[in-house]
Amino acid sequence: MNRRAGFFQRLSATQIVYLVALATLILGVLLVNSIGRSFFSPGNISSILTGTSVLGFIAIGQTLVILAGSLDLSVPYVTSLASLIAAGVMANNPNNVLFGVLLTLGTAAVIGLAIGLIVARLNVHGFIATLGVGLIISGYLATNFKGSFGETPFAFRLVGATGLGPVPISTIIMLACAGLAMLLLHRTRVGHHLYAVGGDIAVARTSGIRVDVPVITAHVICSVLAGMAGLLLASRLGVGSPTVGSQGGYDLLSIAAVVLGGTLLSGGKGTITGTLGGVLIFAMLDNIMSVMQVNPFLKDVVRGVVIVVAVAVYARRRIVSRPERFAAKGSAETPAAQPVPAEGS
Amino acid sequence: MRNNSVRAIALAAALPLVALTACTTEPSVTQTTGAGTGSPATNGAASSPASKDWFDQSLYDTQNQQRSATFEGDPQKPYLQYIAGPMTDTSKYAAKGAKKVCFANASISNPWRQTGWITMNQQLKVLKSSGVISEMETRDAKDNDNTQIADIDYFIAEGKCDAFVISPNSTAALTQAVERACQTGKPVVVFDRGVETKCPTTFIHPIGGFAWGIDTATFLSDKLKSGDKVVALRILPGVDVLEHRWAAAKKIFAEKGIQAKDYFTGADPTEIKKIISDELATGDVKGVWMDAGDGAVAALEAFEDAGKPLPVMTGEDEMSFLTKWKQTGITAMAPVYSNFQWRTPLLALEKIFKGEQIPTEWVLPQKPILADELDTWLKRNQGMPSGHYAKFGGEDLPGYPQVWQQRQMP
Amino acid sequence: MSTALNSGHSAILKQNRASRSERLLRALRTPGGAIFILLIILLAAIIVLNPSFGEPGSFIRFIGRTAPIAIAAIGQYFVIVGGEFDLSMGSVVTMQVIVAGNLIRQDDAKVIPVLVLMLVLGAFIGLVNGLITTLLQVPSFIVTLGMMLALLGLVLYWTGGAAQGNPADSFRQIGRGGIQNVPVLDIIPYPVLILTAVAVTAFVLMRRPFGRMLIAVGDNPAAAALAGSRVWWVRTRAFMMSSLSATLAGILLVGYAGVHPSVGHGYEFTAITAVVLGGVALGGGRGWVLSAAAGAFALESLFTLLNFMGVQATWRDTVQGGIIIVAVAAASRSWQRKRKGATASAHDDQHQLAPTPTPAEGTEQGGERV
Repeated sequence: MNRRAGFFQRLSATQIVYLVALATLILGVLLVNSIGRSFFSPGNISSILTGTSVLGFIAIGQTLVILAGSLDLSVPYVTSLASLIAAGVMANNPNNVLFGVLLTLGTAAVIGLAIGLIVARLNVHGFIATLGVGLIISGYLATNFKGSFGETPFAFRLVGATGLGPVPISTIIMLACAGLAMLLLHRTRVGHHLYAVGGDIAVARTSGIRVDVPVITAHVICSVLAGMAGLLLASRLGVGSPTVGSQGGYDLLSIAAVVLGGTLLSGGKGTITGTLGGVLIFAMLDNIMSVMQVNPFLKDVVRGVVIVVAVAVYARRRIVSRPERFAAKGSAETPAAQPVPAEGS
Repeated sequence: MRNNSVRAIALAAALPLVALTACTTEPSVTQTTGAGTGSPATNGAASSPASKDWFDQSLYDTQNQQRSATFEGDPQKPYLQYIAGPMTDTSKYAAKGAKKVCFANASISNPWRQTGWITMNQQLKVLKSSGVISEMETRDAKDNDNTQIADIDYFIAEGKCDAFVISPNSTAALTQAVERACQTGKPVVVFDRGVETKCPTTFIHPIGGFAWGIDTATFLSDKLKSGDKVVALRILPGVDVLEHRWAAAKKIFAEKGIQAKDYFTGADPTEIKKIISDELATGDVKGVWMDAGDGAVAALEAFEDAGKPLPVMTGEDEMSFLTKWKQTGITAMAPVYSNFQWRTPLLALEKIFKGEQIPTEWVLPQKPILADELDTWLKRNQGMPSGHYAKFGGEDLPGYPQVWQQRQMP
Repeated sequence: MSTALNSGHSAILKQNRASRSERLLRALRTPGGAIFILLIILLAAIIVLNPSFGEPGSFIRFIGRTAPIAIAAIGQYFVIVGGEFDLSMGSVVTMQVIVAGNLIRQDDAKVIPVLVLMLVLGAFIGLVNGLITTLLQVPSFIVTLGMMLALLGLVLYWTGGAAQGNPADSFRQIGRGGIQNVPVLDIIPYPVLILTAVAVTAFVLMRRPFGRMLIAVGDNPAAAALAGSRVWWVRTRAFMMSSLSATLAGILLVGYAGVHPSVGHGYEFTAITAVVLGGVALGGGRGWVLSAAAGAFALESLFTLLNFMGVQATWRDTVQGGIIIVAVAAASRSWQRKRKGATASAHDDQHQLAPTPTPAEGTEQGGERV
């Protein structure tokens, strides 16, 4: 192994993600400058950070679920449902805001609980369980809501529209949620159990961990965060919409952001910071392509290629660094060196 | 275990990203207006019934009258015609020199929008060479409300726009963003779907969905008898331009005793064929109503495959439907959602920058293609791909016919 | 082990095995077998509601129009039983449909060359999917997701978003036509013939070494690798088969539905749903290929039944979601019960096992059971 590869090997996945983010940033600065604008102007930064907010909420939740060894494909529908409940309950009345928020997040939590129970108790793979629940919600939305519904009051809409300087309030809330999720993962028992269950569920069970609890917790938190994304969208749009979740393609994009951030799709290894890096990369890419007025069809091509290439970059890295058990040259101690006595003949 | 140098590099990578958040210049994201959006002006965003009833009697009556209204302007240039009504005074916008236009497009995700987008760009070329417009920057929202709001905000902050052209993705959700654009004091032209505010300089659209529904349902009811079965194929729920069409058609079918059953197809020809085949298996289908022309061919083929007589049909001015209509000789008509409306926003801006008065609500003609005109329209659009729309209105633009035949996207 | 099938052993095998009917019943109780029962129930329900559906002519047409999704489900089966996902199927279908429309146009002479090109393209996409998954070790979920986005974007960019139009009728006959004037059935659609050929090929393939190896790779890749199989090549071939079946589905759909950018939209999720309904475990290693095809038919029958029952079309998604959760939950309970030995009737008292023959000195036959 040459030195370069060795240095590369020693970086953690999270650090690689941020290197890729830095590379994208530099690319962005060069390209945006070439058409006479500044990448760091307040409008551009605000646009990038706004693009991280909704996907960020969902991606944080998706990280927890993937760490537990599951998946969540129902997020777009939960988000749409959340926006409808929020806008419908608030109905342009500032006094209803708190109740609307609580009801929305409560409903999302109940959906997450249902998914968690299906995954943990009925032993259904997360892909199918959440695909199924997502379809159930989708049918309900399509039947009962034929267009935008409800209205969010002005006070609530400020959340989606204002910011501290160029940083939107929604991004700050999203980063706060990320911080809480990191606390959960690294400082609480549930968090450690989450990593264990995702790593190897059989080992976790025989170690005495109740494997149901972390999985259900992860799904509940994921759905609640999808609910928060729905609240944010209700705030930005001013109304609830049954299609706002599926418009954004948040299910597959969030999974892509999580994997881009270095989390293993099979679970057990990954960080929230990596996911945030992945979300940031997507937002910057989208911003750069929009500013350069790239053909919308080509945008999808770029996204697809970036996802695969970026993951390929660190997928081949050794997951667990362990010293070689057998020396390269055969030595007397290694069992392989001793001839196995033939039987019979 | 980790190298200090590695840590240092990681920090260096993170630093510019932190710097992004440290910028504290004056707040560029301004508050939304209080008064205008706080109390809903129209009842479009009414929060009462979950399953909204899209039928609006007053709008229905207005559009019904507009079907036979006289349009001001040259019939050879239908994209500049309008129904006489209140005009906006644009003298404050009059200025010399080429201007920059910022266009927030909902998407180009269906053939109708793609055809219009190509036409708009050819129109742009003409206006560029005549010095009216210096450039048009476009942001495509890919059918996403949230993205389009961000696009409009970006234009306001960064675009240095002299004018805004917006084709909203949905009516209620984009209202606040359009109002923010109006507040910049620059002219704002909204076309295709509308928004729930009267602040734009002009709102360009053909007569509307109710007129479409009336035209098509009346045609089918005239050609069929009471008690006949009509299958209504609808693309998606929840889009007001489409919902209005069905609301009007449903009313007329009910009045005339036509048995109409509606299905959602997602514009997927496979679905359409299955739906029609299943319907034909249970009984006779005498007529087919569509709220958009995509997939009309598949519907007719379903009849052919089942060996049943072809129905009376309404499609759209999409080339695939027109050619199949000619080929099979069915009794049909093609309603239109005037694709040439994509030319009008830039031409309206030309007038605005000259200070000419323009209609506040610019209602374009919406004349369906009937059997006697079919041959003319086929001739004018010879060689065009099946996803092209006959009334694209760009025959006099540069690049005709190659640009549309090859569907050259900018 | 060439002596394994000598007459003495086969007699013992016959004696120790359960009767044929018992084996059939046992098979029907597995998730892979139960789907066939579900399918029969659904079809019976449709015929009750709409007797004309049961007419041979109608029924064979129903099989014909379900053929594309059934072929896609068979392709997806290969990938899922090997432990992977193929999310790019829908985009492959759309791409093939548009390629057919734009390259053939109305020229009959181009039909065969373009057909060959489409098959080559399909195989190539599968090869790329497989190689990136196995050699670059990117999870197949991500590879096929990226391929789905990139492929669709490229095709739409090439055509400006809309297709040229339907190709020559001679090409479309593959999906639309059939053998005419057949007694009783009235017409045998070509898709039915193609589906039968694909199903037979898939069934035979799964019984050959490749099929056995694929299941082994899906069940435990490390063990399969240690046993000497080239895991990367087995998986890559599975991806190639998946893309080729998507190509085949596309060819049929050009005939059936015509050319339009929305043809094939969402196919991958329908195919995965069909495979899962057919009792194939996500994560690989278990399931039968014909159950996957039966799953596709069951899904179509379910939708047709809902249609005839007059259920609002918007509730279809909800029903589909509920069904797949129930089906997979039932399947996983059944697999768990099997593992715990609850269904083993081999420990029956009534079922005396005949003793094995003692081997002659110096031969390889027989052997003590330990």
